[in-house]
Amino acid sequence: MILTKAQYDEIAQCLVSVPPTRQSLRKLKQRFPSQSQATLLSIFSQEYQKHIKRTHSKHHTSEAIESYYQRYLNGVVKNGAAPVLLELANEVEYAPSLMARIILERFLQEHDETPPSKSVINSMLRDPSQIPDGVLANQVYQCIVNDCCYGPLVDCIKHAIGHEHEVLLRDLLLEKNLSFLDEDQLRAKGYDKTPDFILQVPVAVEGHIIHWIESKASFGDECSHHAYLHDQFWSYWNRFGPGLVIYWYGFIQELDCNRERGILLAACFPTDIITLCHSTA
Amino acid sequence: MVLAHFLGGTVCFGRKMQAGFHNCSPAPSTLSPAGGYRAATARQRPGSSRESMGTARTAGSSRAPPQGAPEDGGGGDSPPWAGARRPRSAGSPGRALSDPPNLSNLEEFPPVGSVPPGPAGTKPSRRINPTPVSEERSLSKPKTCFTSPPISCVPSSQPSALDTSPWGLGLPPGCRSLQEERAMLRKERSKQLQQSPTPTCPTPESGLLLPSRTGSLTVEPADPARVSSRQRLEVVALVYSSCIAENLVPNLFLELFFVLQLLTARRMVAAKDNDLEPSQGTLDSLESPLFQSIHDCVFFAVQVLEHQFQILSYLDKGTLKLLAENERLLCFSPALQGRLRAAYEGSIAKVSLTMPPSAQAVSFQPETDNRANFSSDRAFHTFKKQRDVFYEVLREWEDHHEEPGWDFEKGLGSRIRAMMSQLSAACSHSHFVRLFQKQLLQMYQSPGGAGGPVLGEASDVLNMLGADKLGRLRRLQERLAAPPSSGGPCPPPTFPGYQGFFKDFILSASSFQFNQHLMDSLSLKIQELNGLPLPQHEPADEDGESDVDWQGERRQFAMVLLSLRLLAKFLGFVAFLPYRGPEPPQSRELQDSIVALRSQVPPVLDVRTLLQRGLQAQRAVLTVPWLVEFLSFADYIVPLLDYYRSIFTLLLHLYRSLVLSREGEGEMCFLNKLLLLAVLGWLFQIPTVPEDFFFLEECQVDALEVDTATSERGLDSVPVVDQQLLYTCCPYIGELRKLLASWVSGSSGRSGGFVRKITPTTTTSLGAQLPPSGHGLQAQLAQAFFHNQPPSLRRTVEFVAERIGSNCVKHIKATLVADLVHQAESLIQEQRMTQSQEVGDPAQLLEILCSQLCPHGAQALTQGREFCQRKSPGAVRALLPEETPAAVLSSAENIAVGLATEKACAWLSANITALIRREVKAAVSRILRGQGPEPAARGERRGCSRACEHHAPLPSHLISEIKDVLSLAVGPRDPDEGVSPEHLEQLLGQLHQMLQCRQFLCPPAEQYLAKCSVELASLLVADQIPILGPCASHRLERGEARRLLLMLLSLWKDDFQGPVPLQLLLSPRNVGLLADTRPREWDLLLFLLRELVEKGLMDRMEIETCLGSLHEALWPEDFSEELETLTRLFLAELHLPEPQQRACELVQPSRGTVLAQS
Repeated sequence: MILTKAQYDEIAQCLVSVPPTRQSLRKLKQRFPSQSQATLLSIFSQEYQKHIKRTHSKHHTSEAIESYYQRYLNGVVKNGAAPVLLELANEVEYAPSLMARIILERFLQEHDETPPSKSVINSMLRDPSQIPDGVLANQVYQCIVNDCCYGPLVDCIKHAIGHEHEVLLRDLLLEKNLSFLDEDQLRAKGYDKTPDFILQVPVAVEGHIIHWIESKASFGDECSHHAYLHDQFWSYWNRFGPGLVIYWYGFIQELDCNRERGILLAACFPTDIITLCHSTA
Repeated sequence: MVLAHFLGGTVCFGRKMQAGFHNCSPAPSTLSPAGGYRAATARQRPGSSRESMGTARTAGSSRAPPQGAPEDGGGGDSPPWAGARRPRSAGSPGRALSDPPNLSNLEEFPPVGSVPPGPAGTKPSRRINPTPVSEERSLSKPKTCFTSPPISCVPSSQPSALDTSPWGLGLPPGCRSLQEERAMLRKERSKQLQQSPTPTCPTPESGLLLPSRTGSLTVEPADPARVSSRQRLEVVALVYSSCIAENLVPNLFLELFFVLQLLTARRMVAAKDNDLEPSQGTLDSLESPLFQSIHDCVFFAVQVLEHQFQILSYLDKGTLKLLAENERLLCFSPALQGRLRAAYEGSIAKVSLTMPPSAQAVSFQPETDNRANFSSDRAFHTFKKQRDVFYEVLREWEDHHEEPGWDFEKGLGSRIRAMMSQLSAACSHSHFVRLFQKQLLQMYQSPGGAGGPVLGEASDVLNMLGADKLGRLRRLQERLAAPPSSGGPCPPPTFPGYQGFFKDFILSASSFQFNQHLMDSLSLKIQELNGLPLPQHEPADEDGESDVDWQGERRQFAMVLLSLRLLAKFLGFVAFLPYRGPEPPQSRELQDSIVALRSQVPPVLDVRTLLQRGLQAQRAVLTVPWLVEFLSFADYIVPLLDYYRSIFTLLLHLYRSLVLSREGEGEMCFLNKLLLLAVLGWLFQIPTVPEDFFFLEECQVDALEVDTATSERGLDSVPVVDQQLLYTCCPYIGELRKLLASWVSGSSGRSGGFVRKITPTTTTSLGAQLPPSGHGLQAQLAQAFFHNQPPSLRRTVEFVAERIGSNCVKHIKATLVADLVHQAESLIQEQRMTQSQEVGDPAQLLEILCSQLCPHGAQALTQGREFCQRKSPGAVRALLPEETPAAVLSSAENIAVGLATEKACAWLSANITALIRREVKAAVSRILRGQGPEPAARGERRGCSRACEHHAPLPSHLISEIKDVLSLAVGPRDPDEGVSPEHLEQLLGQLHQMLQCRQFLCPPAEQYLAKCSVELASLLVADQIPILGPCASHRLERGEARRLLLMLLSLWKDDFQGPVPLQLLLSPRNVGLLADTRPREWDLLLFLLRELVEKGLMDRMEIETCLGSLHEALWPEDFSEELETLTRLFLAELHLPEPQQRACELVQPSRGTVLAQS
């Protein structure tokens, strides 16, 4: 699961301009049978997000929005049951869920006096039954269930995965008899930055002392790792000293370069934990 | 001065040295104006006794000014600080002295200790005079090269890539620019000569002999039999030694250094160098030079060393060894050698090598760092970001500061200023300053520590065991490649290592507010540490106070002293920063006006009072070393101000009074004295201290003695200083060893560089504070009790009281206050129940709750007292020696209980109400925000049986599986795509398992699963799920569909704990799915509705409403009709005994009826 930069690049290479659909995922799995599905999905999702970040703005010009909306209208007039919106998104290489949002926003603008609030839109995306237009509701729903990188369902899955791994990590810590403070407890004490777990007694992993453990249920690629370093890991170091990050879906080997500095990477719960021995003498 | 007349008048080597030292500078651009200035002024007073005294000159010249020295730990490219002197560049000899200094000009104001790039891009070497030796004359008439390597032979015979001068400073290989430098020097000198109105002495005649220490010259053997004028040398040595012994020389160690230079001179070389300082004038007074041969030099040196044996015996073991092994010394005085060897063998003064400090962040402490300590959310979050930026900058500095070409200001300046500009509120400034100061102290207090006291020393072992040794290797390499050099026996104040970062940070931040807050904070901390009641050691305890205690006390003293010095250095740096100029004011008028202006500025910290108190309390050994650090950053005007002048006078008196040979009752310990002499001597050599100060100041030693004689035994008479501390505070003393080592190695090599650093000490707090004193007789009795007990007893009791008191408060928070918060929570819940979810105005609610709960806070005092009573005695007992007499033990316990109770109750009575309020308020807002109770309380819902091994599939997996089914159902899909009925059944089975286990389930996931399951039901009802398998129609069998629906119903009824959005089943969108099927089949929907009612998942009214609103939507006409029928049927069923039968008559009875029974 720990990939070299070269291995990672090979996978990333295959993901250029691939729409985020079930079919694409299936093909990817066939192409790299030795990699775990979760790792592939995580890499796919991150690569796709990078692609979206890069192209996001061009889909949000008023011209683009207008043209998408017209195409949508023309499409559903011809056949409301056809996957108009989904195909439009795939054609312009944009995430179906995000395309659905654009069209929904545009639609509501046309039908309401005031521009729709973000929370209304989010709520409609979560539950398309609330969309006043039945055809649009179906189109939006179709986009959301067919998008494997964006949308409320995907967000929920990601959140669930993150939570599950935190629980998993908690259980492992309990099993190893390592006492810790979790995020909720830390927040209650007023900590301004909170890793998933702070060890009440530090331990050594592979010869490095760690004070905290952060669980990341994703693949650690360069982009996300650097963002995490900046926003989280160094902040933890600044407050609690060195610590361990577990990328459950693996990471790029070359990123594990801050061990001496106090950020240790792992792809699973460490096996060789050395704890402080209480002298019995 | 006597000696100076004597030496200076007699010999010319002093003059030579002066010339050599004074006028030398490695690179023209780094030519020290300090040296230059001194030389010039000295020359103006040819009658001055110091003028010609070789050693004093050595001192004056060999110490570098606060700039131009290459050994700034922070690296050579740090940003300018205004205090640096202006280099008198040879390229600008005509610079008008009245030019206003341009403080932002990097060239004009290079950073202290850093070396600005020379015009030729050469690496600056150092300020020692590099006098070339002409090779053809090296034997007959060698040239002066007293303390520097011969230049012309550098490329051929110098094996080391770097300079190997005894000064330990780097000289680049080849010294290609030396000729250039010499030329510059000549220009510079002629400029100085022009400025100097007094005619200087003519050049000495060639052939005059000078001692040389240069490594490449063959060593001339020294022979006691060939000493030229033994008697004269003996007398001079005696007088000279007396001056040293009576502290009549400004710097004891400089004199020792000089003497060791004489001892290790390689041979005499003839002085002929046009550059040399002319010294004819002084030569006239006596006929012959004092030192006519190498034998004279060595003889004199050994004579002096004999007189100074006592000091030598206190040097570190390494130096003693080198001295004892010196063959010349053995040859000239076997007796001295014997004493030295004995001293070496008896010495335990090993100065240890320890790891360099590593960066450890200041840990986050909720008590001082959480939101409650900030005025607003914004301030809190701003500080959060600042902490991160600060460490980001620190890390970047760590990575880059040693890279050539990296510039602090360029690399980090703008980021630092951007961060500082966000510190708008005064409160944020104080937070940041606290972080800054703590980090500064921490860098030097917890080497290798793992952030907390927990692992401490084990970490090194673990590091060694660890797989990754690269870092250690790198560090080792760094150390070997760049041993910290102290830069001669009198280096300028520098900021080595991490200190450089903090210095440059202050400069780059250039924030007035920050500096002010920093000074406030540093001053406070200095006063706090300076006033710390350091235990007085009773050296002559009968049972011998255990060594452990003794070590601990020394360690504590060392840590306090080193912390103080660090803080004072930075305080001095920041406080005098605005006033530091490149050179002293040129005209008397200007100087007077500045002095008048500055006289009315109050000192940043009343150091005079602190010094006076320190002297009175006999705590000079603690106060003076940090005061010296502080004063070393003073600007030129400071010594002229009455306030500071009196301090300098006081220090001078102290210096004179510290006669090392004087011993006895009430005297300061030898090493304590030696430390003070070393730091004061160093201070007197700082360029900003007027050079005539030492000699002109009236000395009234008596006054000082009167002051101190009255007070009782203080810290000064306790042997708190050891060699480790002495060498840590004064690394330049190590130059003696380097000098001797270079003699041994045959070349004045880089002598390894002794890495010294603060002794690792415990990372616990700096000793206990004095507890608030109790009342009346009881308090006096308690004090008296401690008086005759070992100090460790007092420390233990105070420590226990402090900790138990603090723990008591924490305990009350966790028990009493937490209980009250629970009560508040249940009160709110009750209110919600009774008033149907309506909770009134939160503020009002809070008031009601607090009025009910706060009175309970009174219990805190009772409980607190109980707690202290219960906990303190055990702790005291555990910490005191087993053998403590019972009476002493019980008194100690009682005092601890009393102090702890006092502390805890004082806090509780003042704060308990506010604390309860705060906690209840947090609980109220938590509940109102709908977060529910504390995570601990939430745990109840979670939870499968204990036996559960949590093997159920993960929620995320199920959501994505269901999502796949949904996406298949709504399409688009390939013709071969679909799901098998078995898969669907399995999926629902897994969902059931998972909902039973719940181990990994979080509320949002459950919510989505509920929603997805409803959508799945709608798709089942509308027969929209593409089925794989033999059934050609790709449609699900009715029976299968019903079975799945029943599974779903059971999930909704029994497994989901959150709300399930069942009304979605009757949303227009989901019912509309039926509209697309041909023929429409309503039986499943009716079946579902019936089951919902039967299982109590929805009531009839609710369904009726939903069905009613369905009619409002626009439907195809036939669909509306069928919907109408369904509604009627459903409603009719309500009143019929056998609803199932009736319902199935609606559509296709042939298919539905039978299966419905199954």
